[in-house]
Amino acid sequence: MQRFKLFIPLLVFVALAAVFFGVERKIQGGDYAPTDLPSALLNQPLPVFSLPALDDGRILTNSDIQGEWFLLNVWATWCPTCHYEHPFLVSLAEQGVTIYSVDYKDEAAAARRWLAEKGNPYKATIFDAAGSFGLDLGVTGAPETYLVDGEGIVRFRYQGALEQKVWDRNFAPLIAKLPVLGAGQ
Amino acid sequence: MRNLFLISCLFLMSLSANAVIETYQFDTDVQRARYQHFIEELRCPKCQNQNLSGSDSAIAEDLRRQIHRMIMDDKSDIEITQYMVARYGDFILYRPQFNSSTAVLWLSPIALLLIGLLVWWRMWSKRARPSATASAELTPAEQQQLQDLLSERDELDTKTDSEGRSQ
Repeated sequence: MQRFKLFIPLLVFVALAAVFFGVERKIQGGDYAPTDLPSALLNQPLPVFSLPALDDGRILTNSDIQGEWFLLNVWATWCPTCHYEHPFLVSLAEQGVTIYSVDYKDEAAAARRWLAEKGNPYKATIFDAAGSFGLDLGVTGAPETYLVDGEGIVRFRYQGALEQKVWDRNFAPLIAKLPVLGAGQ
Repeated sequence: MRNLFLISCLFLMSLSANAVIETYQFDTDVQRARYQHFIEELRCPKCQNQNLSGSDSAIAEDLRRQIHRMIMDDKSDIEITQYMVARYGDFILYRPQFNSSTAVLWLSPIALLLIGLLVWWRMWSKRARPSATASAELTPAEQQQLQDLLSERDELDTKTDSEGRSQ
């Protein structure tokens, strides 16, 4: 028994090492991101906003962004990861996904040039120069993408670049479960 | 003396602390104190192990500006806290409210303390047990025996003592 006690520290070490190794593998594999926060907006309605559109400056409000379900992508030209995810957004739009966007704390001219050069996957872009809508959304940085259902309720928030793997793992199952608008009534 | 001099030189050369320098104007010292309290107690949502006062990130800057604005608008502390929690969740509070998702956070120290006390109590009672049996109450007969032994020794002591002195 006394002898066994000597090995307790070693056993604790091995157990901890196994746990840490497992978590590290999950992080590497993209299954677990310790810095991701659950959005406080989850299952809450999209915050009310009234902001100019990036392209023509007309005022957009909540009634202007609607759909059976849609994505709300937060981006900016100063954000390198947004640059990386942009082609995937374009391909999603080509597949018929409705994407609106928030140009977050950006310069209008640079943002317009970005969309002209890279293609515009967005049905409308809200120009949030001061970041006030971003604050209401609980944005911590760009890019972030919100999945909003037909009733304007936020169903999911993803922090980081969208890509096929993320889409298949996080978005596709949720979208499949969304009630078809009007079908339930 | 020379060491003292060198050490004081070190203090003179110490690098300036990396505090955030934004100058917000306040009408009263209470407002300033509340602002300081909020930026110490709220966590930066981007750089997750820093509070708002220690973070350089853009979102921390925005939140500091927002707190300043809300304080100047005479919003109460509760309103400001609710505003932040509504957007960033309990995460933003360094002292989160007690609810089902934060219960583990609040209760685990107490649980650990109880486990510690239990271990300590077991170790203590194990160590105390042998002496505890020895100091248990004596029966009257044993008490008598003890008294006899003690008085016998006292007699012997005085005897040897006086003998020693007389020699």
